[in-house]
Amino acid sequence: MGDEGLLQVRDISKSFGGVKAVKDVSLSLIKGEILGIIGPNGSGKTTLVNLITGFVKPDAGEVLFKDRKITGLQAHKIANLGITRTFQIMRPYHSLSAFKNLIVPLNSPRVRRTTGGRLGDRDAVAMDILEEIGFERDAYVPYKTASSLPLGYLKRLELARCIAMRPEIIICDEIFSGLSMAEIATMVPVLEKLEMEGITIMMIEHRLRELFRLVNRVIVMNFGEVLAEGIPREVMERQDVREAYLGTEVDSVRD
Amino acid sequence: MDIHILIYGTVNSVIFALIAVGFTLVYGVSRLPNFAHGALYVLVGFLTWSFIHDLKMNYPVAIILSLIISAFLGAIIYRLVLIRLRGMATSEIIASFAVSLIILEGLRMQGIGGFKGFIGPFYILPPFIEGKMRILGVLIDFQRLIIIGGGLAVVSLLWLFTHHTRIGLSLRGIAQDERAALMLGIDSDRAAVIALSIGSALAGLAAVIILPLGNVTAEAGYRVLIYALAVCIIGGLGSWAGTVLASFVLGFAMIVSTALFGAVWESVVLVGAIILILILRPSGLLGKQKELEERV
Amino acid sequence: MVIEETRRKRLDRGIKVRTESLYALSTWREMAYMILPRLTLILGLFILPLVLSMYWQRVLCSAGIYALLALGFDFLAEYVGLVCLGGALFIGSGGYISGILNAYLDWPPMLTIPIATLGGSVISTLILLPCLRLRGIYFAIVSFMLPLLAVYIIIALNVFGGTEGISALDTFPNIWVEQYIILGAVIFSLFAIRRLVNKDIGLIFRGIMDNDQAVKASGINITSYKTKAVFIASIIGCFGGAYLSHLYSWLGISLFAMDFSIVPIAASVMGGMGTLVGPVVGAFILTPMSEALRGFGQLRVVLYCLILIGFIVYKPEGLMNYLQRKYHQFEYWERV
Repeated sequence: MGDEGLLQVRDISKSFGGVKAVKDVSLSLIKGEILGIIGPNGSGKTTLVNLITGFVKPDAGEVLFKDRKITGLQAHKIANLGITRTFQIMRPYHSLSAFKNLIVPLNSPRVRRTTGGRLGDRDAVAMDILEEIGFERDAYVPYKTASSLPLGYLKRLELARCIAMRPEIIICDEIFSGLSMAEIATMVPVLEKLEMEGITIMMIEHRLRELFRLVNRVIVMNFGEVLAEGIPREVMERQDVREAYLGTEVDSVRD
Repeated sequence: MDIHILIYGTVNSVIFALIAVGFTLVYGVSRLPNFAHGALYVLVGFLTWSFIHDLKMNYPVAIILSLIISAFLGAIIYRLVLIRLRGMATSEIIASFAVSLIILEGLRMQGIGGFKGFIGPFYILPPFIEGKMRILGVLIDFQRLIIIGGGLAVVSLLWLFTHHTRIGLSLRGIAQDERAALMLGIDSDRAAVIALSIGSALAGLAAVIILPLGNVTAEAGYRVLIYALAVCIIGGLGSWAGTVLASFVLGFAMIVSTALFGAVWESVVLVGAIILILILRPSGLLGKQKELEERV
Repeated sequence: MVIEETRRKRLDRGIKVRTESLYALSTWREMAYMILPRLTLILGLFILPLVLSMYWQRVLCSAGIYALLALGFDFLAEYVGLVCLGGALFIGSGGYISGILNAYLDWPPMLTIPIATLGGSVISTLILLPCLRLRGIYFAIVSFMLPLLAVYIIIALNVFGGTEGISALDTFPNIWVEQYIILGAVIFSLFAIRRLVNKDIGLIFRGIMDNDQAVKASGINITSYKTKAVFIASIIGCFGGAYLSHLYSWLGISLFAMDFSIVPIAASVMGGMGTLVGPVVGAFILTPMSEALRGFGQLRVVLYCLILIGFIVYKPEGLMNYLQRKYHQFEYWERV
């Protein structure tokens, strides 16, 4: 593995109908970092996640993971390599209770392989992961069906499903959106702990203030292209970024 | 031989299009898979026959009357049954198929309340115009020419209806974005009732145009349903152009295979075509299935 | 004048709440509460043959076949999210294989039935395999068409007896074997499926139903799991088919008849989708009922379609969901 990074995206493009959702985007994710990806709505962030994780096939370009090409692989194969993601629109298994939601990733080939099939009691492992991420073990919450969980727990459940995969990379798609400051405050240490454990994290986020506390580096996207890249404070001082990003923010406030 | 295939293939394709167009309209507008489509087709054939033979009606009057009944039935099916099941695709299929079974098996019932259903194979509708003619050396009867003309007329009238009338435009609005249409004051239930009425009348229209070629049987109901489903799946559910395209693909495939291997193989070709297209393009030839639900 | 208004209040019984996940039962009363319904079903089914007349014993056998199909339908629809309207495909492939082995190779039923169960489910799974990529209504429509197309192919090729079918297959030694084989199979598959849907593989199936994208993101190949689910359902259905061809000592294209697709669905809707036991109970109610109406000819199809529509429109939860609720809750009127 070279210096370029754990995950490299090279000139990737995708258009839906006539709209170019992602245009020639290149970026690299360095092992152990937290990378933030920001940009106004419709700038192609989620499509980028879908392209990396194999949910959408790119029109052009490629994605390399540990210098191995992973474009064209099916989504579940990419997940088994250790690249997991959360969904912006949460996708819990409504009919299962919260801790049973984790049984699905715990049965993935990746977990079977990494644990050598000696995972032990999956329910207990699931419960441990949920506790780690802020579900109170002794309360009734982990036993509730996912359809009756409040938003904050659902967001955590999304992250818990990624953690259960024992991943190398977690891609969080707007995991803070819709949460209160207090809820975010309890999520941040979880992410910091994951970073300390050596997991590389890519965060797509609208909540800039919270994001900037976590990340070392941000990439700004606009109209499907990379607009800027660098340390958060420097990037946010650039005029074009302010126009692209904050311009819309000001508009939305005025509305 | 080639001209023969060309002409009869066209007739066959138009038959497919006529059968499927009502199903597509209903699904396109209200996302309702109307499994009673084939049953309504047979019902109209049966009603027309009964009106002519039992009530001694004039042929055109009998046709118009049974088409009106069919349109009403479509509306009633929606009002009584399907309206409570909107959005639950499985229940919609099961319920409309149950309606279809009630109609088709009901038509076979004998002697309950003086009702006489199908007995024996003598339920034949007369062709509109008797006689045959030669086109480019191929003998073809007038009824088949009427089918081609009728098919073209139905498709073009439907196009005019959906693109240039108020009701038609609102139906298309519902088809494209139900929620937006609701906000603009289009009543989705009313639109579905209209779509189902028109769709049922179209099933009936197909019946009166096509049935003079053979006789009316209850089994035809299942076959027509299968044909409609096959065309719609291959063309992509709810896609107009797809329906027409798939009708021609299937129509010609069946005629060619009949010419090459014999008539028994036409159904097998149907299977082959469906499975092949499903493997290659799961959403049909021109179907619009969203690649991913999440917005960009 | 004082108007007293009351409202009905429902409360879960304490034991129901406690037994939701992990539980320990201490008293006989509580154990009876859990065991009694199951015991009633099992004992009821096993005692039935002893009290029925010869004619109704045969009806019981065919009710068992429909119960198996209904169980498979309910499992696929409510626990995997595949609405398979082609139950006749399973009956047909199972019945044809066992019948052919019996007629052409002269193998005894005790050998043909297991082979046909496995072989038939492999074949029907392979047939359904290209459709597994389809979602929702597309899958329903295609699975509905497949049995009918199988009929067309058999007629076109004129194989396996063509439209006539093959008759004079070996039957079972006596009526008791006939009945207890199918009743045993029904009860075994019912409890096996109930157990399965709460195992890890069952949880993955339910995950696929709720959200296939998320299952993909968890590194699980959904097509392979859907294939497994279809295989499980077709084992149940193909056993029914193999059994059927020996029960009537006959095979023919009516093994692919619509009855085998529609009656199990009606039974599931009536019994309560998603309860697994409901469809079985529904089949044991519907089949004798339609048998009693046999004298009315086609009227019975019309009648059970009316029942089906009635349930789906006015009582979509079905019998079993209703009964379970009544069993687990108590109600009282509360003054407002």
